[in-house]
Parts: sequence; C-alpha cells; structure tokens
Amino acid sequence: MQITFRDMITMLHGMGFGALFMLAFSGAVGVIYATAVVGPRWPSSRWDNKMFRFYLISMAALAWLTVLSGTYLVYPWYRAVPPAGTTDLSAYPQRLLLASPLTAEWHNFGMEWKEHIGWFAPIAMTMVAYVFIKYGPQLAFHRTMRNTVLGFIAAAFLATAVAGAFGALLNKYAPIRGGDAIVLLRGK
Amino acid sequence: MAAHIDQESVNTSPAAEDARSELLPNGAGAAAILAAGVGSLAIGVFAFAADVSPYLKNAFNFWSPSGPLSGVSFTAVLVWLLVWFWLSRRWAAREVNFARASAAAFAMLIAGLLLTFPPFMDLLQGK
Repeated sequence: MQITFRDMITMLHGMGFGALFMLAFSGAVGVIYATAVVGPRWPSSRWDNKMFRFYLISMAALAWLTVLSGTYLVYPWYRAVPPAGTTDLSAYPQRLLLASPLTAEWHNFGMEWKEHIGWFAPIAMTMVAYVFIKYGPQLAFHRTMRNTVLGFIAAAFLATAVAGAFGALLNKYAPIRGGDAIVLLRGK
Repeated sequence: MAAHIDQESVNTSPAAEDARSELLPNGAGAAAILAAGVGSLAIGVFAFAADVSPYLKNAFNFWSPSGPLSGVSFTAVLVWLLVWFWLSRRWAAREVNFARASAAAFAMLIAGLLLTFPPFMDLLQGK
C-alpha cells in the first residue's frame, strides 16, 4: 500500500484540513446560537469560555491552512504546464481536463469557482472568532451582531462546501499524483 | 457612551444585569464584520478583474506556480486587514449604527460571492 507525495499533500489539504473544518461548523453555530438561547449565563464557566474560544480559533486556523495549502502546494501541481510534445497528460490535471470537451467544464466552471470561493471561509471565520473572543456572552445583548456572525458562518459553510465538493470531483476526474512514492504497508 | 442593547434579546436575570452593566460598545464588532464584507467583495472584484483584463491577470501573477490566484488572494487579504485596522481605530470605543454596517457587510459578501461565480462573470462580460 503506497501513496505518492502529491497524493498525500492533496489528501491533507482536502480530507485533513478541509474536511475537519467542515465538520466543525455545527459546533460553531451551536456556540454562537447558545449565547442567544441561554444568554449571558453561558458559557457557564471561564474554562468553557476558553474552550469555545479555542474551538473557534482552531476553526479559523484550519480554514487558513486549507486555503494556503490549496493555493500554494496543490494548485501549482494542478496547473503545471507539460513540456511540448507530451501526450500523456495524467501528470498535468488542468491540461488533461481541458483536452476534452466532456471534461473541460470541470476546470472552466469547477476549478475557476473553487479557487476563489474557498478564500471567503478564512476571512469569515477569523472575523467570527474575533467577535466571539471580544464579546463572548455579551452577544446575547447584541442580537444583530450575533445574527450577522451566524450569516457569515453560513456563507463560510457554503464556500467550503462548494470548494470541497469540486475539489473531490476534480480529483476524481484528474487526480493530482506524482512525486516520491511513500510505502505505508508492504504486502507479504 | 452607553452601549446599545437589542431590545428583543433583553434578559432580566441578575446575571444578565451584571453583564449588561459592563456591555462593550458595538464598534469593534461592526469594524470586524464590515471589514470581512470588504475582504469578501475584494476577492470577487479582483477575481473578476483578473478574468476580464489580461493586463491585470498578469499583474496579479505574484507567484508563477499559482498564477493570478496568488495575487488575487494576497491583495484581497491585504485590503481586508488594512480596512479592519483602519475601522478598528475609528470605531473600537464607539457605538455605531450596527444595522447599517451589517447590511453593507452582507451586500458586499453577496456581491463578492456572485463575482466569483463563473456564469455570473461571463454574464457581466457578455459572453
């Protein structure tokens, strides 16, 4: 059982940082919404408040790690230009997709959307973490602020869902492979 | 200056009274939210600009392996942080019209999202 280096980094980008970030959304909504339901008595202790701050900061950090690894590690492999005369485009995913009208829109629509929309999430989640750290339980009194924060969380979720779904589908039709092979398990 | 409290969420418990007496002004939150809206719009505007203009596409090519995306994202993040810093300095200790800041932030967020949507980009370019 082996995996290439590029496969591993792509998995870390999508299934490590990205998927973990997506899984954390319900918790973020719960944390912010609880301030509305319970009011200033929530979080009930300083420890709980610290943990919720840590949770939202971790989400923002995961969002940044996802877009930075995507833009600066995975994307260059995706858009690599093959040398003239190359007929096997399997190591050049963008060119492989564009080579056929049946797959070109995966790039023209999917990747063009994914590469930009993903960047909304870290900006939104950094703001959300800041507002929660700054106001915490006081969000119970700032109803419009709390609702706006929830709106930005929803937008970040949408952005991440689009980027994640297209990332998975693009990698299905034009996988990013190459680099050193890493043997995880060797058969007998 | 006394901080504004949204009336619909007023809680009359003793804990709520304690919290309300130390209520922070909404300026810092409004600055963060409005700046996030500006950052979102910046992503859309720069992505669209790079799609429309070959000159700007080349100008945003800060790092060749990632192409224009490197410049679009870097510049948008820079704009977001600068606007946040500037608004924070102006609003941190103040009460501001939060409803207006929130509406502006959402409008910019939606505009930014639309400007990254390829069919909408094509529509604006008459393709």
